[in-house]
Amino acid sequence: MKALKKIYLDNAATTPVDPVVSAKMRPYFSQKYGNASSVHQLGEEARRAVEAARRQTANFLGCLSEEVYFTSGATESDNWAIGGVAEKMASRGIKKPHLITSAIEHKAVLEPCQVLEKKGWAELTVLPVNKDGLVEVKELEKSIRKDTVLVSVMFANSEIGTIQPIKEIGQLLKKLNAGRKEKIYFHTDAVQAINYLSCKVDELGVDLLSLSGHKIYGPKGVGVLYLRKGTAISPLIRGGGHERGMRSGTENVAGIVGLGEAIKRISPARGAQVKKLRNKLITGILKDIPDVILNGSLRERLPNNAHFSFAGAEGESVVFVLSRKGVFTSTGSACASHSLSPSHVLSAIGLAPEQSHISVRFTLGKQTTAAEIDYVLRILPPIIERLRKIAGYKSVKVRPRY
Amino acid sequence: MYSKKVIQHFQNPKNMGKMKNPDSVGEAGNPQCGDVMKIYLKVSVGRIKDISFETMGCVSAIATSSMITELAKERTLAEAEKITYQDVVNELGELPPVKVHCAGMAVAALKKAIENYCKSH
Repeated sequence: MKALKKIYLDNAATTPVDPVVSAKMRPYFSQKYGNASSVHQLGEEARRAVEAARRQTANFLGCLSEEVYFTSGATESDNWAIGGVAEKMASRGIKKPHLITSAIEHKAVLEPCQVLEKKGWAELTVLPVNKDGLVEVKELEKSIRKDTVLVSVMFANSEIGTIQPIKEIGQLLKKLNAGRKEKIYFHTDAVQAINYLSCKVDELGVDLLSLSGHKIYGPKGVGVLYLRKGTAISPLIRGGGHERGMRSGTENVAGIVGLGEAIKRISPARGAQVKKLRNKLITGILKDIPDVILNGSLRERLPNNAHFSFAGAEGESVVFVLSRKGVFTSTGSACASHSLSPSHVLSAIGLAPEQSHISVRFTLGKQTTAAEIDYVLRILPPIIERLRKIAGYKSVKVRPRY
Repeated sequence: MYSKKVIQHFQNPKNMGKMKNPDSVGEAGNPQCGDVMKIYLKVSVGRIKDISFETMGCVSAIATSSMITELAKERTLAEAEKITYQDVVNELGELPPVKVHCAGMAVAALKKAIENYCKSH
């Protein structure tokens, strides 16, 4: 029997670990297994590896090594950034510090903000986005108050891939901070951006930045929070005093080594190659399938993301059939979520639940080939046609929008 | 996530498609997730002679539609009206808990079709 194809177009969910990365990690499981806090040789060896990864990360971010803190992943980094700044500000006597975030953030940012608000420990402004999925800097400026302590806006969105105006927000905050007694800190969740966009923290003007290993061909279970020197923040995880007292817990040495290597291997060429294939996918789908809409801005968008609504074909069904044919994608349809509510990101860009219901996301990776895209373009039109037939869908001749 | 039988019914749905000159049509939808299901009936002497469906929905919505048409076919209206969501789930073997409401939607669409038939005949 012919082995089933495996065409992985869900790279925004996770990426395969690069073989070079896993080779670098391997010795740190059973040979160089020391605790980086131990004084003996094995400990020293582990410490050196952790610090080398810290330097690699610092190089990438254009920051000091001591501003890089390793965590268990971007969810922890985001939770720490939000909760840590809010707690520190409260301890300085600011009652109910004001936080600003956007409606299309990852839940790892939104939920901690909402919990702080619910407990009465902070006040929260959730900025809407326009129909292209972009935060408007003017709206943000209007929402800033005297007691605003933190702005958290993601660099690139995980579902529709839209790139937020981080640099402009950074510049705005820098200008405002010059005349303020208490600084407004700026956090960005850069998880999806790291692969394709320059993340030099000084160019962006951010004070805190979250990233994750497993979205960049590194391992799961490891991430980073960048903290600009002097950032007022309390630790989230206490005990043991690791990471200069800011993040306790024995270092995940193998994971950290993998993260450092994965970051080192990011190259600007990655984006150009992926973008060519992504555009081929978009053009092909819009040409061969009627009644399709591309969601989110095409211009301000990660090069690996394509996100469509196929009228008359429910998203989970499309993803399921594609998966049976060896093509792995995802959907924002309520039918595929545990809560039976559609993706909050798609709702925020103004998609009605019916449009989220028919959405499918393709996210390419550095391993994606032209032959794989050709295969998808071959099998997708009949899949959509068949589901439309089951639904009794009649074409309304929607003009492709992009 | 889905049982073999659910996948079978999704991939090769029974009684699928719009019916020409049906005696009655019933429609049900789930506003929460957006699925829509239509059931067409042809009735002769109180018995369902032909039945078909159109469903815009997920794997389990399509599979439950297919299954309920199989369960209702050749039944009297009184019998068909008694089909419960649990019957549909049992016949399919298993449905993920979050998908059990799809079976409820299938039952609602069939009930609506029967109700519409009784109103007009």
